[in-house]
Amino acid sequence: MSSVLAVSAVTLQMSCVAALLGIAILAIVLSRSHRASAVIYGATSVVCLIAMLGSLYWLIGGNTNASGVTLPIGLPWLGAHFRLDALASFFLVVVDLGGAAASLYGLGYGRHDPAPHRVLPFFPAFLAGMNLVVMADDAFSYLLCWEFMSLASWALVMAHHREPGNARAGYVYLVMASFGTLALLLAFGLLAGPTGDYGFAAIRAAQHTPYVATLALILMLLGAGSKAGLVPLHVWLPLAHPAAPSHVSALMSGVMTKVAIYGFIRVVFDLLGQPTWSASVIVLFLGGLTAVMGILYAMMEKDLKRLLAYSTIENVGIIFVSLGLALAFQANGLKLAAALAFTAALFHVLNHSFFKSLLFFGAGAVLTSTGERDMDKLGGLIHRMPFTSFAFLVGCVAISALPPFNGFVSEWLIFQAVLQSPELPQWALKIMVPAVGALLALAAALAAACFVKAFGVTFLGRPRGAAAETAGEVDRYSLSAMFILAAFCLLAGILPGPVIDALSPISIAILDGRMPIQANEAWLSIAPIAESRSSYNGLLVLVFITVSASLANFFIHRFASHALRRGPAWGCGFSDSTPAAQYSAESFAQPIRRVFGTLVFHARDHVEMPAPGDTRPARLRIELHDPIWEGIYAPTAGAIGFAANRFNNLQFLTIRRYLSLVFATLVTLLLVLAIWS
Amino acid sequence: MVVISDILVQGVQMLLVLLLAPLLTGFVRKIKARLLRRRGASVFQPYRDLLRLLRKEVVLADNASWLFRVTPYITFAAIWVAAALVPTFATGLLFNWTADLIAIVALLGSARFFLALAGMDVGTSFGGIGSSREVMIAALAEPAMLLIVFCMALVAGSTQLSTVANFLASSYVGLRVSLGMALIALIMVALAENARIPVDNPATHLELTMVHEAMVLEYSGRHLAMIEFGAFLQLLLYISLIACVFVPWKIALFGTGPLAYAIGAGAYIVKLAVAGFLLALFETATAKMRVFRIPQFLGAALMLGLLGTLLLFVSRSF
Repeated sequence: MSSVLAVSAVTLQMSCVAALLGIAILAIVLSRSHRASAVIYGATSVVCLIAMLGSLYWLIGGNTNASGVTLPIGLPWLGAHFRLDALASFFLVVVDLGGAAASLYGLGYGRHDPAPHRVLPFFPAFLAGMNLVVMADDAFSYLLCWEFMSLASWALVMAHHREPGNARAGYVYLVMASFGTLALLLAFGLLAGPTGDYGFAAIRAAQHTPYVATLALILMLLGAGSKAGLVPLHVWLPLAHPAAPSHVSALMSGVMTKVAIYGFIRVVFDLLGQPTWSASVIVLFLGGLTAVMGILYAMMEKDLKRLLAYSTIENVGIIFVSLGLALAFQANGLKLAAALAFTAALFHVLNHSFFKSLLFFGAGAVLTSTGERDMDKLGGLIHRMPFTSFAFLVGCVAISALPPFNGFVSEWLIFQAVLQSPELPQWALKIMVPAVGALLALAAALAAACFVKAFGVTFLGRPRGAAAETAGEVDRYSLSAMFILAAFCLLAGILPGPVIDALSPISIAILDGRMPIQANEAWLSIAPIAESRSSYNGLLVLVFITVSASLANFFIHRFASHALRRGPAWGCGFSDSTPAAQYSAESFAQPIRRVFGTLVFHARDHVEMPAPGDTRPARLRIELHDPIWEGIYAPTAGAIGFAANRFNNLQFLTIRRYLSLVFATLVTLLLVLAIWS
Repeated sequence: MVVISDILVQGVQMLLVLLLAPLLTGFVRKIKARLLRRRGASVFQPYRDLLRLLRKEVVLADNASWLFRVTPYITFAAIWVAAALVPTFATGLLFNWTADLIAIVALLGSARFFLALAGMDVGTSFGGIGSSREVMIAALAEPAMLLIVFCMALVAGSTQLSTVANFLASSYVGLRVSLGMALIALIMVALAENARIPVDNPATHLELTMVHEAMVLEYSGRHLAMIEFGAFLQLLLYISLIACVFVPWKIALFGTGPLAYAIGAGAYIVKLAVAGFLLALFETATAKMRVFRIPQFLGAALMLGLLGTLLLFVSRSF
C-alpha cells in the first residue's frame, strides 16, 4: 500500500512539474495578452499548492520507503532518475509553499510589471527547475536541473535589464553560477569514480576514501555554497536577488538558497556516508563567518531589498552552523545531538522560507506603492500602508528570533545543540563550538538591530519624500499572500512540536537518529533532550504575554485616566523643521558602524566643515570598503584580465607559429605522461 | 488541589515582583541620595510617581501610530512574563518550564525591540538617537548574556533556571572560575541592560549621552507609567536572576510548604536590599562613560562570558 502511495506521490510531483513547464510554454503564447498574468500566476499557484500538499501528505504520512521514476532522457545508458524520499519531500514542501505564496502575490504584484512577457514564462519554469533539482536522483539530471534553475532565475534577474545595475547583477550572477556548477561537476565526477556511475544509489553504496570525501565536501561547499550565499562566495546574491521582481526575489532568497542547502545535505550527509569530524570544522567556521558578515553587511545597507538579501546570507550562515554541528556530532556517533542539530537546521530552513518571502513581499509592496527601495526616501508608511506594515512587522519580529515567533524556536534549538557539544572529544571542536555559539548570538542580536532599522526607517517616523507621502495600500492578493505567511510564522512559533515530529523521518533516514517525540510532551511544549534540561512552550509564552498585556490594559482603562490629546511632537522642546532631520538608515547604523564597521569595513566618517563665514552646508561622507570584494574578487578579476591580455597575443600568430605551438604542447604532454607513469 | 496551590504560588510570585519592583527602585534612589548627603525622596516615591502618571492625560504626537500606543503594554507584558519566570523565593514554580533562560533573554529582547521601534515612531531625532544607541548596546549585551547563559547551563547541565538554581543551591558546587567570570559578566550586562551608570544615566532627562530616556522621550501619562513600571521590573528581574543563581541560599525548593516559602521570601527581600545597596554604592562611586566606551565595557563582558564558557568546554571541572 505504502509503496503504491509512494509511486503515486512521485508521479504526482512529476506531473506537477510537467504542468509547470506547460504553464511556462503557455506563458510564451499568451504573454502579450492583458489577462496573461492572472492566468499564469493563478495556474502556477494551484499547481504549487497541489504539489505542496502532495509532498506534505507524503512526509507526514510517515512512510519511509522512497520510490522513484526513471525517464528515458538524459545519458543514454543512465536515463534520468527522479526519486522522492523524506528529505526531498520536505524540501518540496518548502519550494512549493514558497512558489504558491509567490504566485498568489504575483497575481496582484504582476499587474504592475512593465514587461510581463519577460517574467511570466520564466517564473513557472524556475519553479519547475527547483522541484526537479530536489527530486533528481542521479548526478547528470541533478546538474542539468540545477543549470536549468540557474538560467531561469538569471532570466528573471534580467527581467528589468534596463534599470541601472541590473545588467552587472546578471553578469556577476552568471559568472558565479558557472563557477558553482563547475565545482558541483567536479564533486560529482570525484564521487562517481573512474567507472562513471552517476546514479545517486551507486554513489551512496560506494566506499569513498577520506581524501575523496573531504575534497567532495569542499567542492560542495564551493558549489552549493556559492548558490546559497556562503561568505566569501556571496557577492552575486545581494546584487541579483534585489534586481529581480519582488516575488522572484522572495523565491530566490527564501527558496532557491534552500535548494542549494538541499544539495549540500544530499551529498554531504546522504551520499558521502559517515562524515569525518575535520569536515565539520570547515563548515562551522564558514557558517559562523557567513552569519556575522551577512548581518553586518545588512546593517550597513540602506536599500531595503539589498538589506533583505544580505540578511539571507546571515540566515544561510546560521543553517550551515547547525549543519556543521550535526556533522560533528554524527562523526562522533552522538546520534541524539546530531538529530537535534540537523532538525534545527531544517526547521530554520522552513522558517527562513516563511519570513524571508514575507519580507520580500513587503518590500515589493513598498516598491509598488512608492517606487522606492531606498529607505532614506521612505518613512511613515505605517499610516498609509497599515496592513503591509503589520505583516512586515511580523516578519521582522520573526527574523529577529524573538518569541513567540518561529525564528526564535529554530535558533533556540541551535543553541541547545551548541550546549551539547562539550561531549565532543576533539579539542579543536571543543574550542571552536563555543566561539561559533558566540558568533551566532552576535548575529542574532545584530539581526534584531538590523530589523529595527529596516522597519523603523521604512514604516515609522515622518515621510522623507513625496513618494512616501502619497503611498497607498496594495492589492488584496499581495496582502493575503503576506498574511498567510505571517500566520505560518506565528503557527510554527507556537506549535513547534508538530513541526519537529514531522521532520523526524528525515533525520531517521539521513542520520539514523531522531529527537524525542514531541507530541508526548505536556501542553505542546518542546524538549529537545529532556524536560529537566530545557524546554520551551511558545503557545504558553504567547498566552502569557497576551493575558498580562490585556490585564495591564484592563486595569489601566478601568482605573487610570482615559484622557488623550494629540499635539505636536515634543522632542525636548526642539521641533525638527524637516523630516530630513530624522534618523535615517545610515545614521541609525552609525553606532554599530563605529563599533564593528571600523574593523570589518574600514569605515570612516569624513566631515567636510566649511570655514567660518562660509555659507555652504557641512557635509558628512561615509567611506566603506567591502573587504571581500576588494580583497578577493577585485584582485582575481584583475589577474584574469591581465592574463587574458597577455594571452590575447596568441590570437594573431602565423600558421608556422601555431604549428610549432601545437608540436611543443604535444611533446610536453607526452613528456609529462612518460614521467608520470 | 495541588494544581490550585501551584497556581497560587505562581500568582503570588507574579504579584510579588509587581509590588516589590517600584520599592526596589525607590530604595536604590534613597540610598544614592543618602550617599550624596541628600535626604532624598521616600522609598515609596516610585509608587506615587506611577499613580501620578496614571492619573494624567496622554499627550500623543500627531503622527504617532498604533505601534506607539501598544508598545507600552507589549513591553510591560514581556518583561512581566520574564520576571514571573525567574525564581524569586521558590524554584520549580508551575510555569517555570514554559521558558528557559534563553527564552527569558529573548523575551527581554522582544521588549527592547518594540521600545526601539516606538522610539523611531514619532520621527524626532531624539527618539532616533536613543533607539540606535539602544540597539548598539543590545547588540553587544545580548551575546554576552547568552554566553553567560551557556556558562551556567554547562555547569548545571540545563538551561532551565529552576534546575540551575536547584543545582547550585543543593549540591556542593564550590568555587568555580567560570562561574566567577559569569558573575562579573552578568553584573556588567545587567548594568547595561537596565540603563544604569556607567552605561546610561537613569536620573537625567536632558543629556545628549542618554540612551533609554531619549528613546521614551515622547511618552507621557499612562503609557509612560507602563514603561517606567517595565523598567522597574527589569531591574528586579536581573537582581533576582543574579540572586537565584549565585546566592541561592534559603531559596525554597518546590513544594516544601508555606514555611519554607516564607523563609525564602524573607531571604529574597534581604538579597534585594543588599543588591540594591551595592548598586547604589557602585553608581555613586563611578562616573558615566562616553557612549563609545560602552562597546569596550560590554566587549569585556562578552570576552569574560566566552572565556568562562571555553573553560567549561575544555575542562568540566573549572
